Amino acid sequence: MAHLLNQIFDWFAAWLGGSVANDSVAGYVVAALIYLALLLNLVAVGALVFIWLERKVSGRIQDRLGPTRVGGKFGWLQTLADGIKLLTKEDLIPGDADKLLFRIAPYVGFCASLSAFIAIPFAGRDFPFVAQHLNVAVFFVLAVMGLEVFAVILAGYASASKWSLFGAMREAAQVVSYEVPMGLCVVVPVMLAGSMDLVHIGDKQQGWFTNWYLFHDPFTFIVFWVYFTCGTASVNRAPFDLAEAESELVAGFHTEYSGLRWSFFFMAEYGSMLAVSLLAAILFLGGWNGPIPVASLLGLTWHNGPLVGYLGNFLGMLNVLAKAFLLVTVMMWVRWTLPRLRIDQVMTTCLKYCTPIAAAMFVGAALWHMTLPDRVFAGLLQSPAANRLLAEPLPGDSIQLDLQTVEAATIARGGRP
Amino acid sequence: MEFTEIVQTLRDTHGEDILSVEPDVGDAWVEVPAELWPEVALSLRDDNRLGFDFLNCVSGVDYLEPDPKKVAKVDWEPHIEVVYHLSSLRLGHRLTLKIIVPRWRDDAAGQLPQVPSVAGVWSTADWHEREVYDLVGVEFTGHPDMRRILCPEDWEGHPLRKDYEMPLEYHGIRGR
Amino acid sequence: MTTAQTIEIDVRTDEMLVNMGPQHPSTHGVLRLVLRTDGEVVSEVMPHIGYLHRCAEKIGENLTARQWVPYTDRMDYLAGMNMNLGWALAVEKLMDYQVPERGRHLRVIIAELGRIASHLVGMGAYGLDLGTFSPFLYAFREREKILDLFEEVCGARLTYSYLTVGGATADFPPGWLEKCEAFLDQFVPVIDEYHALLTTNAIFIKRTAGVGLLSAEMAIDYGCTGPVLRGSGVDYDLRRDGEPIYTSMYEGYDYEVICQRAGHYPKDQEYPPVPIEAVLGDCWHRFYVRMLEVVQAIGLVRQAMAKYRASDGSFGEPMKLNQKLPKGEVYLETESPRGQMGFGLVSNGTAIPWRARARSSCFCNLSVVSELCRGCLIADVPAIVGSLDIVMGEIDR
Repeated sequence: MAHLLNQIFDWFAAWLGGSVANDSVAGYVVAALIYLALLLNLVAVGALVFIWLERKVSGRIQDRLGPTRVGGKFGWLQTLADGIKLLTKEDLIPGDADKLLFRIAPYVGFCASLSAFIAIPFAGRDFPFVAQHLNVAVFFVLAVMGLEVFAVILAGYASASKWSLFGAMREAAQVVSYEVPMGLCVVVPVMLAGSMDLVHIGDKQQGWFTNWYLFHDPFTFIVFWVYFTCGTASVNRAPFDLAEAESELVAGFHTEYSGLRWSFFFMAEYGSMLAVSLLAAILFLGGWNGPIPVASLLGLTWHNGPLVGYLGNFLGMLNVLAKAFLLVTVMMWVRWTLPRLRIDQVMTTCLKYCTPIAAAMFVGAALWHMTLPDRVFAGLLQSPAANRLLAEPLPGDSIQLDLQTVEAATIARGGRP
Repeated sequence: MEFTEIVQTLRDTHGEDILSVEPDVGDAWVEVPAELWPEVALSLRDDNRLGFDFLNCVSGVDYLEPDPKKVAKVDWEPHIEVVYHLSSLRLGHRLTLKIIVPRWRDDAAGQLPQVPSVAGVWSTADWHEREVYDLVGVEFTGHPDMRRILCPEDWEGHPLRKDYEMPLEYHGIRGR
Repeated sequence: MTTAQTIEIDVRTDEMLVNMGPQHPSTHGVLRLVLRTDGEVVSEVMPHIGYLHRCAEKIGENLTARQWVPYTDRMDYLAGMNMNLGWALAVEKLMDYQVPERGRHLRVIIAELGRIASHLVGMGAYGLDLGTFSPFLYAFREREKILDLFEEVCGARLTYSYLTVGGATADFPPGWLEKCEAFLDQFVPVIDEYHALLTTNAIFIKRTAGVGLLSAEMAIDYGCTGPVLRGSGVDYDLRRDGEPIYTSMYEGYDYEVICQRAGHYPKDQEYPPVPIEAVLGDCWHRFYVRMLEVVQAIGLVRQAMAKYRASDGSFGEPMKLNQKLPKGEVYLETESPRGQMGFGLVSNGTAIPWRARARSSCFCNLSVVSELCRGCLIADVPAIVGSLDIVMGEIDR
């Protein structure tokens, strides 16, 4: 995108008699700003939609209507009205609070949640829709999302309230331990795809839904559910919402927050929910590859020209977002159905169940991958021939890692092999 | 066990100081002198024939006619009754028991009358005695934690006494 | 001989005092619990009550017996009907007055509907204490229907003052019994929903089974009553074991006292089984007793409606507002949803009682909380307090 922008700048500059180099800084900066604006909108609008959805879902689950009035039908502007209410609320900072940390905490949380989206692709193939195409995207996303715990600890510590501190300590214990099984779960698709590049992992699952890593083998099927459980826990959703446990800790770490800062915590929470769900969709649910490969069937591929390919990618983006929204809805469904676990039970679930299961499933998936050809499990559902027909060569597959070439190149640069 | 049998059992163990009153209307009750109360309580609970394992309620009743015009009409001297309602879940019988104390110890206003605590016999008495202390103003000696329970700890007076005057002000809050 | 030595290698920690309440989402009103905690572990719970003290007993000394009826339903505001009944029966005991048969059946219908409504709140709010919101609204949905029925009978939805000394203020309006019947018919299947959402929910069992163990001896010692006592396996219910003036109301009714006898609940094959983790006297059992009592109450209401229809004559005549009481003193306990609610009355022969006494069931049930919470986790404190199903209005009076 930066190059494209620089070309456009160059075209404008030529008008004025100047020129802009193809790799000029301006293009990168503007591109970054555009990406940021898009992602901010996704997270913020996503949070708006999710809060409305949460109200509607909980309302329906609880045999009531939820918001109905604001914005005409379905109360679809309810969140906006809430936002305006929050803006006009009194901004309170407790007298004993550490003022600087208290102010910073919500933004740290929001930034951590937002940064994760930098590396999450929304469509793949030849022109991936991603702000920054990283070859260690999985690693980056997990690492950055782990940063959110800092916000909670800061908020809990800075609030000068015992309830907040309890919430913060619970969050610290919980998130740190749940990163272990979550990491183990994520490693499975990484291993199957042979890459930590999310674009590559998504593209590997192209074709029918039987190609999704969810249906790769029985082990990955279980791993997905373990991942989803751990994901729910790592974003503090019920039944793992101990950090804000309303009936025990008043409101946990955000007890003392009000108004806009409080709403930033909520944006961060919903942002994280979306990020975790997007990750699940890409790793296990085929990402932008739908259950039926509509784009390939209609010929919306890059072979038939960039515009058509772009349209195919756009469909893919809708696809991945739909999957993520579905997962978020499931999280809401769980939240409004189940009671909350106790802190020791949360830790037990993590250490005694999730971690060993994830580890065993990892070994199982590895053995399966080594001994059996790909898509054997899926073959039970569908003939492999049909699959192969639709499987196109991937852009990544054409780059063969030739060890000798790499070595030669390294030596040529004066390095050691 | 019938009321008379309960009274007889108590008299056999604790002597004739235990009075019983059977009015025409309402519950019959046993009157126990305050100094006998701890041992009576123990035998009420531990005697197999009585088996009063359950203390329902402890209440205090202040007998004082605040209206000087009506004083002549009443047939009692001012006093305070601490009423215990006991029942036996095992044997299914009930007992009302009273301890009568003067309104003030040694007739000195401000000296709360004293009754031995039975919080060690029935734990129910723990909070109930605190309530009686708080509202009626009877001190239970030997109680592990004799504090006010319903009123604030710095409240003055005992509201269920008949001569209680509502304070005009409490921490800047208007009383009347 | 060498003595065994324990070397503790641990990070030194300090204890912390935390105020839970009086403004806390799960203290059921204005209960204040001071927790002494070491991290998440609670070593001591000190309850402080009295934030809702409204001097009800003092007011009772300045009003006539019937005028005090509205004050009784403001004590346990979730079971106002049962409180009215308790006071009415106590005064009737003093006056040696027996309500006519039709009035007794009317009272059973109302009291048992009140019990259902109260247990529904207890159940829903318990779910709330454990962090699940939906059962609360499911419970309130059904409770609203009972309140609608009550509203039709007396015009009020919370503070009824309907059952009063001498009977009730009015008879059922025409068509009310059919509506009540219809409600019961649609309510019975809903109970399975509650069992699915809470009673048999794995997380619910994890949170409540084996938590807040109250032995039968301790329950009796602390004067715990109602579902709290029966949840500990003590077979005692004043509807069966109470004083004649109260038990005569329930004469000829077929119902069972819910409590575990020899490891079984009455007709327990019809209900979800007791989980293996549950120990008699824990939070789960207290909850379960309430759930089963709701079923018993439905049966009682049905029987009472049949008997009410079959009987004729008066449903009782409410006592005059300023009727003089005979001189004497009485004390009567009734089985209100939360336990044994006792009303005492000392009369000097005038219309105004010399002393009106209310013995609160929750007052005693709450006094055991510091014993139950010793050594539990912070999250268990709401679970235990919630399982006692307290109403602060009744405790503080």
